[in-house]
Amino acid sequence: MHGRVWKFGDGISTDDIIPGRYFHLRGKLPELAKHVLEDVNPDFSVKVEKGDFVVAGSNFGQGSSREHAATTIRLMGVSAVLAKSFARIFYRNAVNVGLPVIMCNTDLIENGDELEIDLNGGMINNLSKKKKLKTKAIPRFMLRILEDGGLLRHIKKYGKFQMK
Amino acid sequence: MNRLGKTLSEKILSARNKIEAYSDDMIVTKIDYVAAHDGSGPLAIRLLKEMDFTRVWSPRKTLFFLDHAAPASRKELANEHKLIREFCRTSGAQFSDVGEGIIHQELVEKYVSPGNVIIGGDSHTCTSGALGAFATGVGSTDVSIAIVLGKTWLRVPETYKIVINGKFDDGVYPKDMILHIIGKLGADGAIYKSLEFTGENVKTMTMDSRFTLTNMAVETGAKAGLIESDEITEHYLRSMGRGKFCNDIKADVDAQYAQTFEFDASNLPPIVSLPHSVDNTKTIEEAEGIEVDQVFVGTCTNGRIEDLRIVARILKNRKVHPKVRLIVIPASRRIYLEALKEGIIETIVDSRGVVLSPGCGPCAGVHQGILGEGEVCVSTQNRNFKGRMGNPDAEIYLTSPATAAATALTGELSDPRDVI
Repeated sequence: MHGRVWKFGDGISTDDIIPGRYFHLRGKLPELAKHVLEDVNPDFSVKVEKGDFVVAGSNFGQGSSREHAATTIRLMGVSAVLAKSFARIFYRNAVNVGLPVIMCNTDLIENGDELEIDLNGGMINNLSKKKKLKTKAIPRFMLRILEDGGLLRHIKKYGKFQMK
Repeated sequence: MNRLGKTLSEKILSARNKIEAYSDDMIVTKIDYVAAHDGSGPLAIRLLKEMDFTRVWSPRKTLFFLDHAAPASRKELANEHKLIREFCRTSGAQFSDVGEGIIHQELVEKYVSPGNVIIGGDSHTCTSGALGAFATGVGSTDVSIAIVLGKTWLRVPETYKIVINGKFDDGVYPKDMILHIIGKLGADGAIYKSLEFTGENVKTMTMDSRFTLTNMAVETGAKAGLIESDEITEHYLRSMGRGKFCNDIKADVDAQYAQTFEFDASNLPPIVSLPHSVDNTKTIEEAEGIEVDQVFVGTCTNGRIEDLRIVARILKNRKVHPKVRLIVIPASRRIYLEALKEGIIETIVDSRGVVLSPGCGPCAGVHQGILGEGEVCVSTQNRNFKGRMGNPDAEIYLTSPATAAATALTGELSDPRDVI
């Protein structure tokens, strides 16, 4: 994975990612995606490019269970979300919809940095800063769901949760 | 092998799956109910259709509720409701229509019993944990897979033991305590953990109040909030016509807790969460006097009969301040009917309050009381994130129903101990 960084702060809530006022657009995900994170950074949904990374502080995705938050970030072409910590439902949803979520120290990553990430190797290469960074390993079962393209495809493939 | 004593979460997940489940284990668990509402349900149904999953594991245990925008406020949402109605009709899944109530209140009144494992397409699914159940919020994909398989995957959480002792002063309530706890633990203080509430205060607490505690477990990042079952649980289930389902669910005395936190209810003042974060808590003395445009009493946190009684007691023979609009929404039809019989609704309407039909109301920012630019709302709900009530340029203060009612009378954040 290779792309540019969109940096956000701590405690980005699902209301920040997909505001409740767009509730009526939940049936039209591409429409909904146009508003992703707009209250925090209005440029994001307009200028984000395929492959870019969302990088944030702690407790990313806190709040509601709305999976639309993870789905719309993926629909905008974001290749992974990096944060110091994630709210658990967002983390789960991201894995389930096939959006890689990486826990690491994001203090050393700045807006606009160019990153190269090896998910299996657990390594982030910050090309702008010429620095390498280890990530917390993604549990094997979750990695498999990501590789299968999300939980629905995983279940379609195995007919069950393939934990082993 | 008998390793160690088990927490409530470990005990329930072990018994339900006939395994020895301990914290940090990754397991696939059987579930007793899968639930979704008009916010999470339509996506789950669409995903099932897209992926051509036609099987429904158990229609009796697959539950859909209309509560977020019910009745529908616009055609797009009416169509989402239609999608849920049609799915329930063809699959036989249980359907709770407009006006029946909020998903979490409906779950505890009609379905959940101690020892159950429940997943729901809503973060406040943890509410049901007050009945000694393992209940956790998930997204639409998890809901759809649970509808097909009757199972879900999860990591067995470590547990924080939250011990509450002492007695609340008049005008101070479990809502103040849970806000205080969240302020201490922080909004991410218990990510991936479960909270077990216990202590002499909790052991004598009503079920309505216990639901307020477990409802807000997720505001510390927790996966679940649980309370062991006892006579109060049994009495509650009996009053709901489900007394025979009261299993005895207790944690082992030698259960391993990741950490124990002790709180004292005595001398706790009313607590307020300031914008825009639930853990941004202050005492009422520190927040008093802030001018308010709207007061909202309701939601899965504080829309129960006990809450409405407190509000009516404060409003009785008084009038809501002319510059404030007071919106009150009972959490379920059952509560609404009880409030009608007790004269609570009359008291609220007579005091110039507005009573709306059971549902989430303005809490999710969809309808029934969206805030204007720069407006301030005092609410009994569980979240005050920027934009939560439909406008990022508005402010939300979280309080107990008593503080909300006192505030409605004066038009500024007020101490309920002065009017109670």
